[in-house]
Amino acid sequence: MSTASSPSRLGALLMTPVHFVMRLIDAPVRGLQKATGIGGMAAFFLAPNMLIFGIFVLLPLVINFVYSMTGGTAFFLSERQFVGADQYARLFTCGSYLDPMSCQEDAFWTAVGNTFWFVILQVALMIVTALITALILNRDLAARSFWRAVFFFPVLLSPVVVGLIWKWILQRQGLLNFILYEFGGTEPYTWLTDRNWTFAATIGVSIWAHMGFYALILLAGLQAIPKDLYEAAEMDGTRPARVFWRITLPLLAPNLLVVVVLALIRAVQIFDEVYVLTGGGPGTSTLYLTQYIYETGFASALRNPGLAAAASILMGVVLVVLTLFQLGIGRKQENKGKR
Amino acid sequence: MGAAARFLLRRQGVNKGGRGWHWTDVVTWIWLVGGLIIMFGPAVWLAFSSFKTPAALAEFPPSILPYVTSQATVEGYDKPLQLYDAKMPDGSTRVLAEVRRIGLVSQMVDPQAPGEIVRVNMNDRTPVRTLSFATSNYTEPFVHFDFLRYLWNSVFVTVVATLITLVVNSMAAFALSKYEFRGRSAAMLIILATLMVPLSVIMVPLYSIISSLGLFNSLWGVILPTVATPTGVFILRQYMLTIPDELIDAARMDKASEWQIYWRIVLPLTAPALAVLAIFSVVWRWNDFLWPLIVLSRRELYTLQVGLSIYSGELNVQWHFILAMTVVTMIPVVLVFIFLQRFITTGIAGTGLK
Amino acid sequence: MGEIKLTDVKKSFGAVDVLKDIDLHIRDGEFVVFVGPSGCGKSTLLRTIAGLEKVTGGEIEIDGKRVNDVTAADRGLAMVFQSYALYPHMSVRQNLAFGLENSNMPKQEIAERITEAARMLEIEPYLERRPGQLSGGQRQRVAIGRAIVRRPTAFLLDEPLSNLDAELRVSTRAEIAALHARIGSTMIYVTHDQVEAMTLAHRIVVMRAGRIEQVGTPLDLYNTPANRFVAGFIGAPHMNFLKGEVVEAETGTVTLVIGGGHRLLVPISHHKLSVGDKLTVGIRPQHITLANDPGSLAVKVRLVEALGSETVIHADLNGEKLLAVVSGQKQIAPGDEAHFSIAGAPLHLFDDNGLRVKGA
Repeated sequence: MSTASSPSRLGALLMTPVHFVMRLIDAPVRGLQKATGIGGMAAFFLAPNMLIFGIFVLLPLVINFVYSMTGGTAFFLSERQFVGADQYARLFTCGSYLDPMSCQEDAFWTAVGNTFWFVILQVALMIVTALITALILNRDLAARSFWRAVFFFPVLLSPVVVGLIWKWILQRQGLLNFILYEFGGTEPYTWLTDRNWTFAATIGVSIWAHMGFYALILLAGLQAIPKDLYEAAEMDGTRPARVFWRITLPLLAPNLLVVVVLALIRAVQIFDEVYVLTGGGPGTSTLYLTQYIYETGFASALRNPGLAAAASILMGVVLVVLTLFQLGIGRKQENKGKR
Repeated sequence: MGAAARFLLRRQGVNKGGRGWHWTDVVTWIWLVGGLIIMFGPAVWLAFSSFKTPAALAEFPPSILPYVTSQATVEGYDKPLQLYDAKMPDGSTRVLAEVRRIGLVSQMVDPQAPGEIVRVNMNDRTPVRTLSFATSNYTEPFVHFDFLRYLWNSVFVTVVATLITLVVNSMAAFALSKYEFRGRSAAMLIILATLMVPLSVIMVPLYSIISSLGLFNSLWGVILPTVATPTGVFILRQYMLTIPDELIDAARMDKASEWQIYWRIVLPLTAPALAVLAIFSVVWRWNDFLWPLIVLSRRELYTLQVGLSIYSGELNVQWHFILAMTVVTMIPVVLVFIFLQRFITTGIAGTGLK
Repeated sequence: MGEIKLTDVKKSFGAVDVLKDIDLHIRDGEFVVFVGPSGCGKSTLLRTIAGLEKVTGGEIEIDGKRVNDVTAADRGLAMVFQSYALYPHMSVRQNLAFGLENSNMPKQEIAERITEAARMLEIEPYLERRPGQLSGGQRQRVAIGRAIVRRPTAFLLDEPLSNLDAELRVSTRAEIAALHARIGSTMIYVTHDQVEAMTLAHRIVVMRAGRIEQVGTPLDLYNTPANRFVAGFIGAPHMNFLKGEVVEAETGTVTLVIGGGHRLLVPISHHKLSVGDKLTVGIRPQHITLANDPGSLAVKVRLVEALGSETVIHADLNGEKLLAVVSGQKQIAPGDEAHFSIAGAPLHLFDDNGLRVKGA
């Protein structure tokens, strides 16, 4: 009896100050309830969240548009002068639209191009890997939760830690070069200073870090497919490959679509681990959009917050389109579920 | 052993009369074992490396475990001498300390009898290496650099932000799940819309708001913008919708005020969802990087993530410290992973949110 | 005291009127049952009395005081919910104490009241358990106990037995009746089960589509249903309804034709019926007997349910369904021709609008 209740007794002890605070709050809130009635309490409970949303999300969103139409290096709106669409014009001033280097803001277009290829390759490779992992984890494995944990492990690591882990492994005298030397006798690669390799390295590292998350969602989707469908297919003597193409994939498709869009949204915003791993270099070979916005807005000596705001709005448009698409899929699935 | 192996290597369809190893079983095991190495290997390698001295870190080929070459102070010599296993002409080996090396010949002494100089061919001696953990990699940054400060800042941000997140989000979720009021769907829509507004889109104006509130270079400037997470409201609201409305009615009949209903009835019953959100929030806030990087420019305010990235970006990277501090930064997340992994995986599978 | 008076009470959710002009006077100590099909507004009516829903119009008075704007907490009522609504994270004792603590009652008195209620309901052994560790019947008792400790002006019970299995329902029903006899407080009880209503109530309030159809003692409703709906709702199996037409109307009697030719002489004191009026004739299945005389109704048997002590015969009378419950076991099979006698059966006449023809 006493041993069973001791954790809960400890919990109760820990909760005592919380209860005390809550009781203190109760009196004024009760007064408020008297004054406004139960209906008014909804507003009371919603207020803190809405206030924070308003100040730190909605307000910046509005200000962002104003920002993108002002110039100068000052951060306070009152000290900035109105320049109209100049910042956007600057982003789009190009000698030839086929060559990013001919643009006035060549760094922006380099970042756009890099981000574009990064998003395409990273998402494609990651989803395929995640799908294979999910399919394998969905098999009749012993200790499945252990294996699931194995692939999920890097997801929780901070991007900085991920960046540093791989910076350590990919450096010239790092583990990867040693392994290649031991087993292939190859000369050391300069993974993080050779333009040809850094781009690939950022893709590989970000797949390593995030793949487990998507595998987990896909695994949940696979497990939601009714088992009797597979039994029916087995009774019909269907070949495994055909089962995959005609049963698993179509039924997983809605899940897969959500996962792809989610991965796209995240990939467009890639920053942290790349910033630590390559710092966007060498040169601008791994300069992605978020880093461009960050550096244009804050870091560089010639900072231009207005230009950064304009670029972030363009990125925002892409993200909004992707999110609406995702919500659209979600709604469609919901409706399907209702029917 | 046989039974255990059979259990571990159990294959698809084996109970249905399948015989032998199907190629998919081979692929499965290659994938799993490969995954084990690739997913855990790098972090483990980092952890081992973090105990090496700078000299051992510079070695190529590297060793897995942190070895150091042994030294000994020998009578008559000011500096400690390097110890070697030396092969004697008669085939035996002795542990000798090297005094100096001339050409291909090394002059050595026996640490026990330092009077006599022994000459050994350079190729006949190998350094004596012992396992040694360079714990100073961990203590030095705490004592001589600001890492203890960074650690404290990270803990402060994580704990405070998580507590505020839990309170503020659960209040909003309560209002959105248990009250009928005009503008409820509008409020839901606003919260939903903020899912579309990641930090990277609003960082410039957000920075100006933080500065005008006087929160630049303040940990509160890191905390406040993160606490009203739409994800949190969704997880909690979803859960609260499953609490029967009759319970709320019963509490009202029992003369409970709305605030009491919130903290004595609804909050305790939402505990599982609160736990999931708390875990997520701890991981999110601990791992946050870009926003603290923008808001914090004074060294003593850095969080671990910012401090680490700044140190690792410096010209002469002191890898032995960086590696050790990376491990420190990793520890809370690894603990969460080990003990609470089940919560997180079911949380993600249930909500599709990260 | 527990006198509750409703005057012209209205309630609408948006454009939907859920309660329409409800007038009801519940006397102190009375056991009143609201009964009706699902969606008739009986639960909403209970919740408006409780104060959990605000009325859109009309007056609610408790002991002579208007309580329209008094919150649920301050009306002095206690409610037993359909799902029991026990706080799952609190022990039984805490569940009982919660409401009393909220009104700042001294600890001593709380303990006394809990002990007393627990003894009365025989839940003493479970006081330290959580609701999740109790059986359905035990939870039910705790829910009632939570109401009792409050010593309310009136008890409101919202389908309290619907989550119990059939056997437990019967015994708990008896316990609730005994409880009421012992406490003597006003009780308002909502159910869709007319048997519960008949066995428990002093007075039954039959509701349909937001209106009160009839208020009366159980036997009133059984013997003289005010309309076709109440006639069909009270009594199991349902009353039979046959189409009839007045062929002769004299002072004191009318003659009807039912079942395609069968003449029926009904004594009726003073009526306004005339030849050619269409009526509905209601006959309870229990009042029909099997007969051989040619004057009875010739029916074709469709289905026979032999229950041992009685036999339920589904029959067809000239295209109309007729159900008879006769006592004992009968040698009769589907397809047989049979004769039903309704001689001596109380007949219920309803006019075009479904209202009872007075005097019949």
